[in-house]
Amino acid sequence: MKIADTFRYAGDAATAAPLRTGLLIFAMSIGVAAVVMLTALGDGARRYVVDEFSAIGTNLVIVLPGRSETRGFNPANLVTSTPRDLTVEDANALLRLPEVKRIAPILVATTEINAAGKLREAMLLGTNDDFIKVRQLKLGIGRFLPKDEVGHGSAEVVLGAVIRHEIFGNENPLGKTVRIGDRRLRVVGVLAEGGQGMGMTTDELVIVPVATAQAMLNSNTLFRILVEARSREQIGEVKTRVLKTITQRHDGEEDVTVITQDAILETFDKILNVLTLGVAGIAGISLAVAGILVMNVMLVSVTQRTGEIGLLKALGATSAAVRQLFMVEAVLLSLSGAMVGVGLGYLGAAVLRQLYPTFPAYPPLWAVLAGLATALISGLVFGVMPARRAAQLDPIQALSKR
Amino acid sequence: MSDERLISPDISPLTSSLISLGGINRTFYLGDSQVHALRDVNLTITSGEYIAVMGPSGSGKSTLLNLLGLLDRPDEGSYKLEGRDVTTLDADELAAVRSERIGFIFQSFHLVPRLTAAANIELPLVLSGFPKADRAKRVSQALQEYGLTDRAHHRPNELSGGQRQRVAIARATILRPAVLLADEPTGNLDRSTGEEVVKLLEKLNAQGMTLIVVTHDQALGARARRQIRMEDGGVVSDIVSAK
Repeated sequence: MKIADTFRYAGDAATAAPLRTGLLIFAMSIGVAAVVMLTALGDGARRYVVDEFSAIGTNLVIVLPGRSETRGFNPANLVTSTPRDLTVEDANALLRLPEVKRIAPILVATTEINAAGKLREAMLLGTNDDFIKVRQLKLGIGRFLPKDEVGHGSAEVVLGAVIRHEIFGNENPLGKTVRIGDRRLRVVGVLAEGGQGMGMTTDELVIVPVATAQAMLNSNTLFRILVEARSREQIGEVKTRVLKTITQRHDGEEDVTVITQDAILETFDKILNVLTLGVAGIAGISLAVAGILVMNVMLVSVTQRTGEIGLLKALGATSAAVRQLFMVEAVLLSLSGAMVGVGLGYLGAAVLRQLYPTFPAYPPLWAVLAGLATALISGLVFGVMPARRAAQLDPIQALSKR
Repeated sequence: MSDERLISPDISPLTSSLISLGGINRTFYLGDSQVHALRDVNLTITSGEYIAVMGPSGSGKSTLLNLLGLLDRPDEGSYKLEGRDVTTLDADELAAVRSERIGFIFQSFHLVPRLTAAANIELPLVLSGFPKADRAKRVSQALQEYGLTDRAHHRPNELSGGQRQRVAIARATILRPAVLLADEPTGNLDRSTGEEVVKLLEKLNAQGMTLIVVTHDQALGARARRQIRMEDGGVVSDIVSAK
């Protein structure tokens, strides 16, 4: 029997029972669609997080006060239990390292901004002139903070786009005075809209020089220091030297944590990949169920078509030919279910993207291929038993059955 | 003319027999009981014969037919088809011989319900891997011969009983087999359509095809030139009527 004829015959047999075939294709397609959609979701989550972290800048090394890991008992712990402050001087010391391109000290607090008779809560961010470059933000109008002379913060402020809009409306805010806390500051610039990173928007920030912020908050400690390495290759080097420098400055005690952007990215990438795989595995179970359904339907089909099988044998079909017919039918059913499923999955992912435009829910190619392959394999595996049963039917008994 | 060529590869035409059965025994086991379906059957059939196998139910005539059609194997004895010992062939070789040399006609027609008349007739050609263009030609010729041209694209449930059996006969003969085995070919038909079908089979026999009919029907059996009567698995009479 020719291959094309085998396919045609098996296809005819499948379409001759439209309800059964339709239900089976539906079941298989749900399995595949689940794999495609859930992996799209998982992979979308991964991309979302990675994008968020990539958006905070490139080649970043981040310094946090305090140790994030304990290393058992250390005599130093007896003497000093609280970490030293991370200061602006620490930050400036890091700038002297050769591999460091820029640094941006960060100090954060909530505050109120008051201008033109309007009062609003806002996030105060004290930093330096390089912040905008380190974080790769864009300026809407005016200019960013001036290069500061150490310890002397100017009374200038850069507003987030939303703050500016809510306080000044369409008026030009440049040169106007706002009151933040108990200080009067002059607006010198406004950030462009839509700055993102680490899950927060820059639209609602008010940015002042770090020294000004310290004076306003009466505090000497920094929240973070962002360090930008000159190149990607130097990130590791920068990390160790930053740690060394600060340890030296802090009387030999390692009381800061240095993390790299790459490490964070990698960790999230790993975690979320595992998550995606896990979700795909769960969806894969529905594929196995669909496979068992294929077997069930094919077994019923063999029973219903006993007479036909007997006839084929009487007409000179070999057992192998009969087996092939039923295998091909099972595979055709599984595969068409899988195709429909991929279509449904892509449709579902598209709907998700429509509903949550910020969420990049694209099904990864490997998942689509794996879904198709699993459907094909389950069709093959679960088709074997019914096909063998058909091939082994005794033609005499098969023919006498009516 | 093609029939002549197909018959008997034996060297001497005088000794040529299409089928020769020697000492055939076939026993079935149904639970504890043994059923001796065929006992020591010896039979020689020459090419072009018209044979009726008759006998009561359980006399072994269906078993004999299945055996002749290579659907069953004897427990004992030899079966030579066109001089070739077919008892030693494996399942695939038997399938090939069935496909080329033997045509089956059943009481209940055994048409594939989802296939059209034309597709049913085409089935043996498809199974033996004929090229597509060739198939179409042969099928349309067969449809014409059996007066089914206008029914070609009807499914079996849209055909009358007589038409269904004609489709089945067309299917059985499309590969020009040496032997046509018919199991109660008129059993599901009324008298006049049954008559029609029998005439068709006899016409094929007249063209040289060996015809073996298994039947209960005395009238149908009486039409054959050779009548084999079976009882309890054995041949009790084998009469060649001088017609």
